Amino acid sequence: MAEVSLKGVKKSFGRVEIIKGVDIHINDGEFVVFVGPSGCGKSTLLRMIAGLEDITEGTLEIGGRVVNQLQPKQRGVAMVFQSYAIFPHMTVRENIAFGLTIARASKQEKQQKVAEAARILQMEHLLDRRPSQLSGGQRQRVAIGRAITRKPAVFLFDEPLSNLDAALRMDMRMEIGRLRRQLGTTMIYVTHDQVEAMTLADRIVVLKDGQVMQIGAPMELYHEPANRFVAGFLGAPSMNFLNVDVLDLDGEAAMVGNQSLEPIRVATRGRPFRKGGKAILGVRPQYLRAVQSGKGLLHGIVAHAERLGSETVVDLSLRDNSELIAAFDEDKVFEPGDALELTFDTALAHLFPDEGELQTH
Amino acid sequence: MAVNPDNYGLRLFVRYLVLCLIALIFIFPLVFMINSSFKPDSQLLADTSSLRAFLPVGDISLNNYFGAFRRAPVGLFVLNSVLVTGVTVLLSLLICSLAAFSFAFLRWKGRDVLLSIVIATLIIPFETIAIPLLLLVSKLPWIGLDGLHWGWLNSYRVQIIPWVADGLTIFLFVQYFKGLPGELIEASRVEGASWWQVYYRLVMPLSGPVLATAAILKFLVMYNQYLWPLIVVQQESYRPVMVGLGYFFQLNVAWGEVMAYLTLITVPVLVFYLLLQRAFIASIASTGVKG
Repeated sequence: MAEVSLKGVKKSFGRVEIIKGVDIHINDGEFVVFVGPSGCGKSTLLRMIAGLEDITEGTLEIGGRVVNQLQPKQRGVAMVFQSYAIFPHMTVRENIAFGLTIARASKQEKQQKVAEAARILQMEHLLDRRPSQLSGGQRQRVAIGRAITRKPAVFLFDEPLSNLDAALRMDMRMEIGRLRRQLGTTMIYVTHDQVEAMTLADRIVVLKDGQVMQIGAPMELYHEPANRFVAGFLGAPSMNFLNVDVLDLDGEAAMVGNQSLEPIRVATRGRPFRKGGKAILGVRPQYLRAVQSGKGLLHGIVAHAERLGSETVVDLSLRDNSELIAAFDEDKVFEPGDALELTFDTALAHLFPDEGELQTH
Repeated sequence: MAVNPDNYGLRLFVRYLVLCLIALIFIFPLVFMINSSFKPDSQLLADTSSLRAFLPVGDISLNNYFGAFRRAPVGLFVLNSVLVTGVTVLLSLLICSLAAFSFAFLRWKGRDVLLSIVIATLIIPFETIAIPLLLLVSKLPWIGLDGLHWGWLNSYRVQIIPWVADGLTIFLFVQYFKGLPGELIEASRVEGASWWQVYYRLVMPLSGPVLATAAILKFLVMYNQYLWPLIVVQQESYRPVMVGLGYFFQLNVAWGEVMAYLTLITVPVLVFYLLLQRAFIASIASTGVKG
């Protein structure tokens, strides 16, 4: 087990800077998830930790040792790939024992460790099969088995569940969670799936354009996003953003409103706003409640409703023609064209500076 | 009897007929060679104006084979060719796959330029470099059991070493290696494999199809060598089969013996090809399944 520390890490391919200075400290035994949209550099960052990509600038420490110049095998890491990357010409047993074979482990040690991995992953009956005889979920299990037999200091997962179908993905997600509790090893997990991030992580690192947007516990990021990107990235359906006018400012709060929104007071959380200027109000769909006419903060017309059984997701068109999504946690019937008034706890709303506004001032 | 509206049976029959005719055209020379090898020259020449040329009829005997063995040391020539070809094919698979491994997987300065140069050598015909190469090998040193001496002429090595590495074989391997999933290589690197281990534990076992292809191509080139051994080998003891053909084209060409000789030297090629073709198909069947 080991700590992993990235200090001012940068990566360029030619003149293009992919990772623009990343500082992350991962504690011993921690499960950290790198999450972000395609092309944000999360996989590149993981590959740099694995030693599959050079580090252009900055230092990478694993277990207190600078490993920038070390080969993958000297770093004490194991990696699980999106495409499983299990060797097609070897049986499951040979695949799992590959690292041990390379390390010239004794036959007895190999047998014992393969048996242990097979027991943990419940695949004793698959050991003599070839990869072509396995399903996607079983293949990924083999890849994980290969990773755990070497008892690495750090586990790296590169979108391990992306190739699986939805039902299997949930099973494997739970299995990885269980594995993590069983092994207690430091794990770094890359995904673009925020559900995986929210459910598995001790801490989430949200990346965008090669920069860290925010690091924190899942609920911390969910409830206190540092910026509009993080707020919009985590949570499903994603947070609503309304363009509002800043009507008044008083110390720690701002009075905002627009054509569709009654004036409300929202905490500024230390962000800069200007009276008379523009701002963006973020409200999660789950925080919206339908109320009787005359009591709502927001006024809209139902455009489309989806009944999911446990919740109802409504797409509304507001007076200023902007769109709003509301999620009610029960089965309700709405017809397109229905007028709907909504309210929410203003303490749960977030106010973000308008990016265009910031550039002009 | 059910009537097939599309005349499927008839179409199949016509298709097979056409295919058989084409196959016959390709096999006729071979049939002619084998049949003629059993006929005396007078009958052989007389038969060429009729279909009898392709049939084992008339005065059939093995005399031509005895004649061929009397005229030239056929066994020695075949042995020489098989030895030179076999060793070259094996060395070529090893050296070219190692070179291609470096081009495909390792990162080093000048790699792409060098690969372009290697591929560019494909367009140079051998005839243009035969004489410079001859001058070169005639002056190269060699340390054998009997000490150091100069010049490689009249030896097996002069027939083998210049043919071990070639642009086409390297190019075939590079293309195949680039098609292997990169994550497999990366996974084995993370698991602790050295590049050497990646080569022989992972890449080579997955390279069945390209090994078979490269081996067949190299075999054909080597077994059919004529010009190069003709100029670098004067001693009979190192002479390969194609050069040995010269023994039969002297004052009186004995066509029957030529055919017998050709039959004798063609058999190893056919056997080799048929054997490898099976391996070739088997290897495609086992590695092609990726699920």
